[in-house]
Amino acid sequence: MSVATKPPATPAAPSSLAHNQLPRYTTQVVLVLSIAAGAGLSALFGGFSPVSFAVLSVLVFGVVNTTLAGIVEGRRKAVDKLVTTFVYTAFGIALVPLISVIWSVLDNGAERFSIDFLTTSMRNVTGLNDQQALEGAAPFIGGAYHAILGTFLITGLATIISVPIGLLTSIYLVEYGRGRLARSITFFVDVMTGIPSIVAGLFAAALFAVLFGVGTRNGFAGAVALSVLMIPVVVRSSEEMLRIVPNELREAAYALGVPKWRTIVRVVVPTAISGIASGVTLAIARVVGETAPLIVTAGFTSSINSDPFSDWMMSLPAYVYSQAMRPLSGSSPEPSFDRAWAAALTLILIVMLLNLVARLIARLFAPKTGR
Amino acid sequence: MTTTAKPPPTERPTATPRAKARPGDRIFSRSAQVAGILILIILAGVAAFLVREALPTFSADPSEIDGGEGFFSYVWPLVFGTLAAAVIALIVATPLALGIALFISHYAPRRLAQGLGYIVDLLAAIPSVVFGLWGIQWLAPQVQPAWSWLADNLGFIPLFTGPASATGRTMMTAGLVLAVMILPIITAISREVFLQTPTLHEEAALALGATRWEMIRVAVIPFGRPGIISGIMLGLGRALGETMAVAMVLSTGGFTWSMVTSGNNTIAAEIALDFPESSGLKTNTLIAAGLVLFAITLAVNMFARWIVSRRSEFSGAN
Repeated sequence: MSVATKPPATPAAPSSLAHNQLPRYTTQVVLVLSIAAGAGLSALFGGFSPVSFAVLSVLVFGVVNTTLAGIVEGRRKAVDKLVTTFVYTAFGIALVPLISVIWSVLDNGAERFSIDFLTTSMRNVTGLNDQQALEGAAPFIGGAYHAILGTFLITGLATIISVPIGLLTSIYLVEYGRGRLARSITFFVDVMTGIPSIVAGLFAAALFAVLFGVGTRNGFAGAVALSVLMIPVVVRSSEEMLRIVPNELREAAYALGVPKWRTIVRVVVPTAISGIASGVTLAIARVVGETAPLIVTAGFTSSINSDPFSDWMMSLPAYVYSQAMRPLSGSSPEPSFDRAWAAALTLILIVMLLNLVARLIARLFAPKTGR
Repeated sequence: MTTTAKPPPTERPTATPRAKARPGDRIFSRSAQVAGILILIILAGVAAFLVREALPTFSADPSEIDGGEGFFSYVWPLVFGTLAAAVIALIVATPLALGIALFISHYAPRRLAQGLGYIVDLLAAIPSVVFGLWGIQWLAPQVQPAWSWLADNLGFIPLFTGPASATGRTMMTAGLVLAVMILPIITAISREVFLQTPTLHEEAALALGATRWEMIRVAVIPFGRPGIISGIMLGLGRALGETMAVAMVLSTGGFTWSMVTSGNNTIAAEIALDFPESSGLKTNTLIAAGLVLFAITLAVNMFARWIVSRRSEFSGAN
């Protein structure tokens, strides 16, 4: 555009190296215009909606920006702008599910999320209660205490099983492992990482069916299933952490005549403990939300069961699943859905808390280097 | 210092003095080794118990298995459903994930990039059952009009044969939820390899006059291709094995080509839905289906690892 105002000194000698350029503010101007156009078009085609507004704005922006660049600056610049638009749009699209998941959990979950919800179980709560509650004749009752208790017990047991095995294995791989055994362990830990969670659940169910009779369901079976999923994660993260402990520390300990096992226990592991602990916490956060293995091993119940070695045991994910898929009252499912959302909120809070703790541990107990 | 001069006169003339074998050392190294072997035993146990519990299916009379025509005809619609959901998820997630990875590694302002990376990782921290709940209660009603539109206008393609499900609980919706779940996996791995591109390659491309996209095309993508492929394969492995999203979102049924009606099912969802109430031969059949799923994901994951290991061999040459 500015070319036209230039003096016609070199009218017909466009160098192949130099190109016309759009003014720098073009992109911003086109963006503002296309947002306006998107709003207008969206209102024109069957009423304004945020989705059509966003889609149309992005489309208009992409087309206008690209063709403008194509006319003035050439094909290469046009492709570059098109890709830039795509990359920014891709990130914008990724934010949609994230925001909508978090928003719907907060919005729907907050309704029923209360101390009452956290401290009562579903025992003797029936569809009739829900119907009455909807009609305003009775208060909403029923909570997730039994499920929260179950989740803590099952995940705790899984942690007790997995952490020693996982940590010792990673120590073996880093400090002792040579040759075929170490290589095959590394390989099979990789394989284990890829086991679908439902298959881990089936394994535990099959194991307990063989050992204690068909149809055995209890919290411990769930913990075994979760351990199958958790062990490879613990091995992986601890191995990584142990490998970055500087060799000088080990050599210094050996030079002082410290036995190898004491070197590992007193020097290597304490140096890496922050990374190991945060890795373990992240592993817990990963398995605490596992649903599939628990519904085939621990089952469902509406009562409080604090003994993981006998009887069916509820867990938070299984609670969300059962409330959402099998509402207590078929004709008025809303109270059950509300409970499912509140339990989902509880679950997300637990997972986020664990992630936060992992990050804090990593920062607070970071290896004391340079001292 | 005097000790360094000492060694020669010691009683043993061997060149490498052997450490004293301490009981503590022996116990500790043994227990570490046992833990490692235990992992091998657990994995062997997984395979052994699954096979043992699955065997009755294959020796049973075909008419006793669900559908009455033997295990194979029972399992192939499930395999089809599993692959269909995973393929839909991959088709949606791959371009988006690559775009996001490029955004974080090359487009976003440097200072924002790390924080944006955390935000995408946050998606990976959300439990699958929450995605399932979100998919059935929020997403399915939102996308239902789109499936109706597809059924009305593109109904001549077998994949979109109408009438579209009125609830939106279709294979396409399940695939979308899966896509959201595998997005952070593919993004994280591609982002890592994009960030590892040698700066010199990028600067050389820019110095030759390449635009940003041309620089990415000639320097970043060729370098990161094995990483991208392995990220996609790992995402595929996750999508194949993911249970709850499909079990909750999909309104299951028999085999159909149409992705916009209710129907079809995946192996994992079938197990989750039927196993709690199953008994007798049905249990064995479901475990056999689980074995099939295990084999499929194993193959996919092995392929991904193989690509990664091949990459680590030639990345040293750079």
